[in-house]
Amino acid sequence: MSGIIGKKVGMTSIFSADGKSVPCTVLEAGPCVVTQVKTVESDGYAAYQLAFGEKKEKNTSQAMQGHFKKAGTTPKRKLVEFTTFESALESGSTVTVEIFEEGEFVDVVGESKGKGFQGVVKRHGFAGVGGQTHGQHNRLRAPGSLGASSFPSRVFKGMRMGGRMGGDRVKVQNLEILKVYPEQNILVVKGSVPGAKGSFVIVEK
Amino acid sequence: MNLVQFVEQNTVGTQVLPVFKAGDTVAVHYKIKEGNKERIQVFQGVVLQRRNSGVAETFTVRKVSNSIGVERIFPVVSPMIDKIEIVNRGIVRRARLFYLRTAKGKNARIKQKRG
Repeated sequence: MSGIIGKKVGMTSIFSADGKSVPCTVLEAGPCVVTQVKTVESDGYAAYQLAFGEKKEKNTSQAMQGHFKKAGTTPKRKLVEFTTFESALESGSTVTVEIFEEGEFVDVVGESKGKGFQGVVKRHGFAGVGGQTHGQHNRLRAPGSLGASSFPSRVFKGMRMGGRMGGDRVKVQNLEILKVYPEQNILVVKGSVPGAKGSFVIVEK
Repeated sequence: MNLVQFVEQNTVGTQVLPVFKAGDTVAVHYKIKEGNKERIQVFQGVVLQRRNSGVAETFTVRKVSNSIGVERIFPVVSPMIDKIEIVNRGIVRRARLFYLRTAKGKNARIKQKRG
């Protein structure tokens, strides 16, 4: 699987050839530097480690500074491994959005926006009580029963309840690439992408 | 420059529409695709509002057809708009003319700019 690391910039809409307004997300992707080439002999598996996003040297540990120096690049914020690219890459070379073509389908991985502590209706799609009449009061978004009675006398593990929501790694599959601007390092994909503006995303091919 | 704005500038067409605002009577020549054929339909009425900005900007046109009010919303940057003719310039005192939906008789008229 090849791919690139990028940043979510924001959303807009583009008119398609048949006059329909298509929602799309603008990603600033790459150029990514290959910081390490892992091989079966040395690491037990083959992969290319790509780096993206500038980082200050004073915020980088000595170990990582040495790692980036080895690849001949400045410290980077985000490191991701990809298994295969069309052609073999060398340490220190760059990967740009030119590996993508318009009309191609990609998967985009991001970290979803944190939603805080949420109830079961939002977090798990429970229906709630659904009515406000028939004497119902203050149970509108309640989860209902958590289980049976004296058997099993406990709540099963994994019972869906309220709790922290969001901030998860989410992959959205089969997003069409609408536009590629190699000079500006821009990818425009159809539809929405997990995460906040400015957050890192991984575009997988 | 903001990269979202860059994408918007590079994807919208070069078509320049005439300046119009709420209260004006316009005839929108809209392309309609039926299978492979394309024809142009004219929708003439009063502009009730323009809302949003940039590529998301739309305008609402209201006409009364067989004594039934019909409203259509068009995106300003839509490539399906062939052209917009301005039939009349109206004099109105607000940007959103929703009162026209319930107005009857004399109230439903809009003063025209002279010349």
